[in-house]
Amino acid sequence: MLGMNKKDTSLMIVVAILALGAPILLNPFPVDSAMAQFNAGYPDLMQRFAIFGIFAIGFNILFGLTGYLSFGHAAFLGVGSYSVVWMYKLLDYNVIWGLPLAVATAGVFALLIGYVSLRRSGIYFSILTLAFAQMSFNLAYSVLTPITNGETGLQVYTEDPQVLLGATEANSPHLFGLVMNQSSKLTMGGWEFTFNNGYYFCAVVLMVMFYLAIRIFRSPFGMMLRAIKSNNTRMAYTGLNPRPYALAAFVISGMYAGLAGGLMAAMDPLAGAERMQWTASGEVVLMTILGGTGTLIGPVLGAGFIKYFENIFSKINDNILHGWFSFLPDGLEDFVVFIIHPFIGKGWHLTLGILFMLVVIFLPGGLVEGGQRLKKLVSKKDDNSNTAKTEPAE
Amino acid sequence: MGILEVKDVGKRFGGLQALSEVNLSVKENTVHAIIGPNGAGKSTLLNCLVGKLIPDTGSVMFDGQSVLGRKPYEINQMGISRVFQTPEIFGELTVMENMLIPCFAKRDGSFRMHAIESMMNEKDVVEKAEAMLVDMNMADKKDMHSASMSRGDKRRLEIGMCLAQEPRLLLLDEPTAGMARADTNNTIDLLKQISDERDITIAIIEHDMHVVFSLADRITVLAQGTPLVEDDPENIRGNPKVREAYLGETA
Repeated sequence: MLGMNKKDTSLMIVVAILALGAPILLNPFPVDSAMAQFNAGYPDLMQRFAIFGIFAIGFNILFGLTGYLSFGHAAFLGVGSYSVVWMYKLLDYNVIWGLPLAVATAGVFALLIGYVSLRRSGIYFSILTLAFAQMSFNLAYSVLTPITNGETGLQVYTEDPQVLLGATEANSPHLFGLVMNQSSKLTMGGWEFTFNNGYYFCAVVLMVMFYLAIRIFRSPFGMMLRAIKSNNTRMAYTGLNPRPYALAAFVISGMYAGLAGGLMAAMDPLAGAERMQWTASGEVVLMTILGGTGTLIGPVLGAGFIKYFENIFSKINDNILHGWFSFLPDGLEDFVVFIIHPFIGKGWHLTLGILFMLVVIFLPGGLVEGGQRLKKLVSKKDDNSNTAKTEPAE
Repeated sequence: MGILEVKDVGKRFGGLQALSEVNLSVKENTVHAIIGPNGAGKSTLLNCLVGKLIPDTGSVMFDGQSVLGRKPYEINQMGISRVFQTPEIFGELTVMENMLIPCFAKRDGSFRMHAIESMMNEKDVVEKAEAMLVDMNMADKKDMHSASMSRGDKRRLEIGMCLAQEPRLLLLDEPTAGMARADTNNTIDLLKQISDERDITIAIIEHDMHVVFSLADRITVLAQGTPLVEDDPENIRGNPKVREAYLGETA
């Protein structure tokens, strides 16, 4: 279907179901239950799942296929955000102007940075991209204040031109009148589901970008990128010039990052320099490795995993812990809370770090490898119980 | 005029004169062997032919055009393919993908952005790669990871990948180094078959005299960076100068 083989088509369908059903699937606990704080089905977080999913899918096209590890992709994220906010300021709040511009400017930036950085490979490439991203961050933070509004961050003011702004037009980001921060709520029994316009916009973009990634992975171009990772010498002695291939991959992944940055500003009409900081570049590396480098679905899972931890674990505080362990004798309760304390709230990074180490050591292929191992385990059990039904392994 | 003309090529690495005044002419549709003791400069010469090294002096002409100063991929696109001492293949890719890549390189040149085209729409290239695998007797290994094959199979695949580009000159750098006898003989048979059936010139650097005398139409002996003799195999066998170079003066 649509130029995909059977396996990819079913993967695409799974992603579509997950993306469109997220507001329901991520809200498994009734609102009043104690577990409600583990619900992830609220618009703000779901938007982040989709946006960082796009960011990581794009990053994986570079890192997963060619093996070039960029530590500067946050720069493109920031460029995308600034582009969209500028379009709000100059034209109006319709995101249709800003998003294509975000992709285009990120593409131009990626072309410049990639052209220089790709003269080196391995660790030197990573350091070059890191240097460029930190330069961009510092420029945005101070020197380029007239364009970026420096520390305050770029935002829309009432005196901005907004030449296309109509009299009845919404005063926040929208797509032809579909206002991003509007939601409809559905209450069923103890459950409440929020269907947010902004989230669904992001989800549709995610699906399109995921489809594009499938096409790139399966195309002759994708095969060439894997060839670069596998053997650069043979590549050159097969009459192929590796550099434009790597540069094209770099620009494509930069454009994905620009789009993700643009979507951030489409959800919340702000853009700040901190989006370009190296921690943001490192985060997307973690997402990709955690999910499964070089796999299609891995980066999306990794992005979801990290954002879930960031938002859910960081909200748990000592009071909640005391509530959970109140059945224990007082001294023991305090002790257990004392032990768990460093891993929650502001300490969620510690939990994430430990999980990341465990995944890298025991599941080098990331969450996707974990899934495959589970599947094998289950199918083995099936084989034992019913040998007649076995199909040839792939 | 040969298809490959090397004139007065010299190359110096610091205090070592690796090559000096190398003259070599490889005739079209022949198998030309370059032999010589260790350190004679065989690999340096080969690297000068494919663009990995640039000689300090002299010229290298392929089919009337200079190859000097061109990048390896440009020289390859001119029609020179190289087989390495240790097989250089795309280890993480399947055998079929390994074969598809040179087929695309032949059709599309050194770079083409076919990012969202489906492999299903590239029937001509896929068919060519499949035919090439059949030629190489590897059709049954199509979906194998190429890194997991034996040394002999990797060599066979690498030669097949080079042939898929329909080169006019095939350079082989000790193609049987480190191979078992059976694999060596298979490789000799394969190369014989290639030179008989195809419109191709082969230049081969080799240590193993068995391989050299089974294949070569013409032999150049290199010693201490300069050609000692160039002659037909029969004459090389009995040449006292060659013995001297290989076995030392007292032999």
